[in-house]
Amino acid sequence: MTAPNEPRTHDHAHEHDHGHDRGTHPPARPDTDDSLTYYKTMEIAVRELLIEKGIITADEVRGAIEAMDARSPAQGARIVAHAWTDPAYKARLLADPNAAVRELGIEPGAYKLVVLENTATIHNLVVCTLCSCYPRYVLGLPPDWYKSRAYRSRAVREPRTVLREFGTEISDSVEVRVHDSTADMRYLVLPERPAGTEGMSEAKLAELVTRDSMIGVARARAPG
Amino acid sequence: MSTPDAGPRFRAGDRVRVRFADAPGHIRTPWYIRGHAGVIERLCGTYGNPEELAFNRPGTPRQPLYRVRFKQSQVWPDYRGPATDTVDIEIFQHWLEPGDAA
Repeated sequence: MTAPNEPRTHDHAHEHDHGHDRGTHPPARPDTDDSLTYYKTMEIAVRELLIEKGIITADEVRGAIEAMDARSPAQGARIVAHAWTDPAYKARLLADPNAAVRELGIEPGAYKLVVLENTATIHNLVVCTLCSCYPRYVLGLPPDWYKSRAYRSRAVREPRTVLREFGTEISDSVEVRVHDSTADMRYLVLPERPAGTEGMSEAKLAELVTRDSMIGVARARAPG
Repeated sequence: MSTPDAGPRFRAGDRVRVRFADAPGHIRTPWYIRGHAGVIERLCGTYGNPEELAFNRPGTPRQPLYRVRFKQSQVWPDYRGPATDTVDIEIFQHWLEPGDAA
């Protein structure tokens, strides 16, 4: 029985012939699924028991993972583009975000959504310094950098430097407002509508709304 | 039988101070903001206390949750942005005490 976390490397000194010295192939990238941590082992054990006892099926587990992975920033972009083109909807979205996203057929779940409007005088930026809280149902899975210790600590301490590293320069006359997502709210930035987009269709506008613009590390894309 | 929720003590615009406490366990109040003064931005609702929920207890009494706004220049003595920059943080009521009058 291999102990959890024990690496199974080929670092041993005994002699055997399976081609170690033959080629100059680059070193293999370690597999990420070859060591079982305590919690991975527990998840497998619980899942197999639930399936064995007929409480859930393997296909349901697979389907739930597929549904989780299918969530994407396209949902958030649809909300933003609709708010850009319909001022009454934008007012409802800012006043009662959960009800407003339901209008578009998006189910917000247990968390309360807070929509943060970027304006000519305020630029909003979202971070979760404690872990990686993120509005997955409107933005999909968070990018790796959002979960990194560097982003989580620096976004709150030196947000303007972090924004500059993302290529986003914010004038000193604009307030940078950081939102630390520490508890039961989830945050969606409503970026400013780019200039030169008058008359564009909602679907075309949604293409300008990137994931990063809804976290607040960037602006919406310029048209063209 | 159920434990009644804790009632809200603060309203938007009230000045508050975050308790400087060092409690063990699952704390949702970031270390960097403890002891700092801010202003209530809004009451978000009343939620189970995460410090209790994390240990599979009922999380009662449920606590009002606020968004509190702080001046970055007061949070970080060496903050390099303009004095108008702010940070909003969700903080549960039992971490807040009334702040000094403005």
